[in-house]
Amino acid sequence: MNLSLLIIVPVFVSLAILLCRDAKQVRVVALLGAAVQLGLALALFFAYRAEREAGNTAQMLFMYKTPWFAPLHINYSVGVDGISVAMIMLTASVVLAGVLVSWSVDTLTKEFFFLLLLLSSGAYGFFISLDLFTLFFFLELAVIPKYLLIGIWGSGNKEYSATKLALMLMGGSALVFVGILGIYFEAGTFDIIELSQNQLSVATQHFFFPFLFIGFGIFGALFPFHTWVPDGHSSAPTAASMFLAGISMKLGGYGCLRVATYLMPQAAHEYQGIIILLAAIAILYGSFATMMQTDLKYINAYSSVSHCGFVLLGIGMLTKTAITGAVMQMVSHGLMTALFFAAIGMLYNRTHTRAVEKMGGLLKITPFIGTVFFIAGLCSLGLPGFSGFAAEMTVFMGSWQNNDMWYRLATIAACASIVVTAVYILRALGKVMMGPLLDEHHADITDAGWNEKLAAIILIAGVVLVGVAPLLLQHLISPAADSIMHNIAKAGF
Amino acid sequence: MDLSILISMKFEMALTLIIFIFLFLKIDGRAGNQLVIGITNLLLLLTFGLYFLPAQNGQFFSGMFRSSPLLQFEKLVLLLATFIISLSSFQWLKKNNHVAEFYMLIFSSLLGMFFMMSSDNLLMFYLGLELSSIPVAALCNFDLDKKISSEAAMKMILSSAFSSAILLFGVSLIYGTTGSLDYYVISKAIVGTPLQIMAFILIFSGFAFKLSVVPFHLWTADVYEGSPIAVTAFLSVVSKGAMAFVFITTLYWVFGNLGATWYYMLAILAVITMITGNLFALRQNNMKRFFAFSSIAQVGYLLIGISGFVKASLSIGSVVYFILIYVFSNLAAFGVISVISALTGKETIDDYKGLYKSNPTLALLMALALFSLAGIPPTAGFFGKLFLLTAGSSTGAWPLIIIASLNLMISLYYYLRIVRAMFIDESSEPMAKLSLSANEVIAFVLCAGGILSIGFMKGLFEMIFSISGGL
Repeated sequence: MNLSLLIIVPVFVSLAILLCRDAKQVRVVALLGAAVQLGLALALFFAYRAEREAGNTAQMLFMYKTPWFAPLHINYSVGVDGISVAMIMLTASVVLAGVLVSWSVDTLTKEFFFLLLLLSSGAYGFFISLDLFTLFFFLELAVIPKYLLIGIWGSGNKEYSATKLALMLMGGSALVFVGILGIYFEAGTFDIIELSQNQLSVATQHFFFPFLFIGFGIFGALFPFHTWVPDGHSSAPTAASMFLAGISMKLGGYGCLRVATYLMPQAAHEYQGIIILLAAIAILYGSFATMMQTDLKYINAYSSVSHCGFVLLGIGMLTKTAITGAVMQMVSHGLMTALFFAAIGMLYNRTHTRAVEKMGGLLKITPFIGTVFFIAGLCSLGLPGFSGFAAEMTVFMGSWQNNDMWYRLATIAACASIVVTAVYILRALGKVMMGPLLDEHHADITDAGWNEKLAAIILIAGVVLVGVAPLLLQHLISPAADSIMHNIAKAGF
Repeated sequence: MDLSILISMKFEMALTLIIFIFLFLKIDGRAGNQLVIGITNLLLLLTFGLYFLPAQNGQFFSGMFRSSPLLQFEKLVLLLATFIISLSSFQWLKKNNHVAEFYMLIFSSLLGMFFMMSSDNLLMFYLGLELSSIPVAALCNFDLDKKISSEAAMKMILSSAFSSAILLFGVSLIYGTTGSLDYYVISKAIVGTPLQIMAFILIFSGFAFKLSVVPFHLWTADVYEGSPIAVTAFLSVVSKGAMAFVFITTLYWVFGNLGATWYYMLAILAVITMITGNLFALRQNNMKRFFAFSSIAQVGYLLIGISGFVKASLSIGSVVYFILIYVFSNLAAFGVISVISALTGKETIDDYKGLYKSNPTLALLMALALFSLAGIPPTAGFFGKLFLLTAGSSTGAWPLIIIASLNLMISLYYYLRIVRAMFIDESSEPMAKLSLSANEVIAFVLCAGGILSIGFMKGLFEMIFSISGGL
């Protein structure tokens, strides 16, 4: 299968959108484009499984490599392993759902969908890159579309949030670039496979690991660099929030895993304590901060900080199960948070408020949206049967395997945060959905339209599938986690 | 006389010819403005063709003139920039009474730059430098009815004379210690005696003036603001590009033995230049002043690229590549400013509010230019800037690279200010829909095409890289 299709298709679709005459055409083309992407992602998934079942044990499949800037040894190099396939499927689902819930965007429709699809091509490119330069290219590609999406179509304090997000992400990618140059300076290549086979010197790892980890960490809401998350998410239009929380934050986690930890295992081991400490703080701080929020989007944004803490916790623990769990948490959180934002967006479009105290008893009036809301909430607090449980459980189990006492304490603290999660989720659900109707204007709002229903169903299907059959995802991820663990073991740990 | 020498000087010959044509057009006095502009653009287009005329490489006239593939390419880049400026300032030139003089001065300056770049001799270099800078001072004064334009010209000529004097002092000291003005002899005779280092610092300062490296940048903002936009564009792109080309040749070749000295000078100045340029750009409201400081910041990045002397061909290649990209990005921005200023007289960032609603094409082009200057993919500026930093990192100067990377963040902030004005802010008095002439459309298509495609033309980069081996 030709992986470059994943980049080319969104780019061509976004160009086709520019040629459309009216908003209706734009929507149809965007929807078709997003559906084709999901088709491609599924095809990739099955092709990948077929290859693996046929006994192909190569680390990366469907590789393609061609020189880009030959004198600098920069190649356009792509390939996938299980982790990338999982992330690609996540991206495709979230983009399709995002297009569907944005059906009613009527200011500058063409530009909106153009930017949305451009964003998705950046994410695909990032997940399939096997060359650090290409990877960095796609990482930065996504910064400006996000800025514009929030700045133009956002709400609230949008200019502040958009600027903050763009600058913090740019700062993150600046740090990443320093780290990448550091690797290049010693090894003379940007090729991830080549780099993973030859260990970098310990001095280089020590000096440049923080750059890479913090740089990617900024994307992945690493404490204390998470401050762009609440503002950015809450000011963004629904589809952009879904994309930001669902995919964009995963770029950070993926980068921390694939670049920082994988290529610099010794440094990862050295800095393990700090990573785990920061992750535990993010988990606890995020969940307590969520308790204080009254805006639905802020609730979900702060809970994202907490949930993404699990990703970094899993990566920091450096055991195979924990890393598998971290990737599962990325997928699970991506689907779940996109679902949550979609539900919030649907409510906001109708009630024009996101304040928890101004809503009540909406389940009776909008049963579908209410149900979606409940599913997203229950998944978020880790109810068995949904993806959140499977992912967080794996992270906890993997973390416990690390038998350092302090790390186990961090694990216990992280576990305890689930209680806090239950408090804020159940409180928000109860207030908004149950009880008497608070505002009589809300009595005549309509339930979800076909597009919103479809979007929700796609995401719910993912959440439930991962929750009911987690082995499907685990089997996809664990060989890839094996090769990362292999590198860590080779470094002598 | 051997004809091949003339072919090696093809661009210089062509420019001289063009200047004469203008002289006759002026004396004749019957040709209208549009005709003169049309003829110029046509002649420039023909001159591009000369690039493909195979030239003999090497020294001529006992070191007074040198030709190499790299030099030919650099000259082509500068010609291309002049062509784009000529196209995009059509609206302003059309109304001007002295178009022929304008072109004569521009081409004289360009001719000076070409000789300066090609010289292998400090005397010839100095002649070229003067020929390139005096006409520019006259050009700064081209808005004859504006007082600020005369002020700009005065500042330009004074600062330029001052820097030339410093440079000339350095040259005389070099002559005193080495007994020669020939680059080849000098490069062998420089061993790092205190007097030679003193001379080098003087010459370096002269260059720093012309490149507006902080702390020699004080003339830049005022001159940029006062001059007509076409001249500002010429100053910030063509004249700076030429200086950068000469600067890198001089450092790597003539003063190659003093590498340890100039490496630290470059590193320190690069940091100061970047930070100052970026911080001052944050608060500008006039577009021309804004781009003056933004171009100072860009020079900071350029210095980082130049400082990576460990891999000389990577350094030179990335500097040439960066300037090629800089031509397209900066001229796209100046093109938009020029059109808007010529048609509406508006020049501040506040005037650009809501530009996307009234003039989507101009706003998009401006945004593309700004992203390229800020180094955002997929625009060419991303590659240009990253390769400069890659070259700079070859010496292992990590503090420098870290500061430069974080400066990318600051610069994004102020470039986004304009993007925000154009796309997000609403305007109380929106601009009318501006109609573009064919000239500007061609210039804009060229710029946009360059910004979007240069990063993906891998052959181009390989070509630049392979010719940068031989200065």
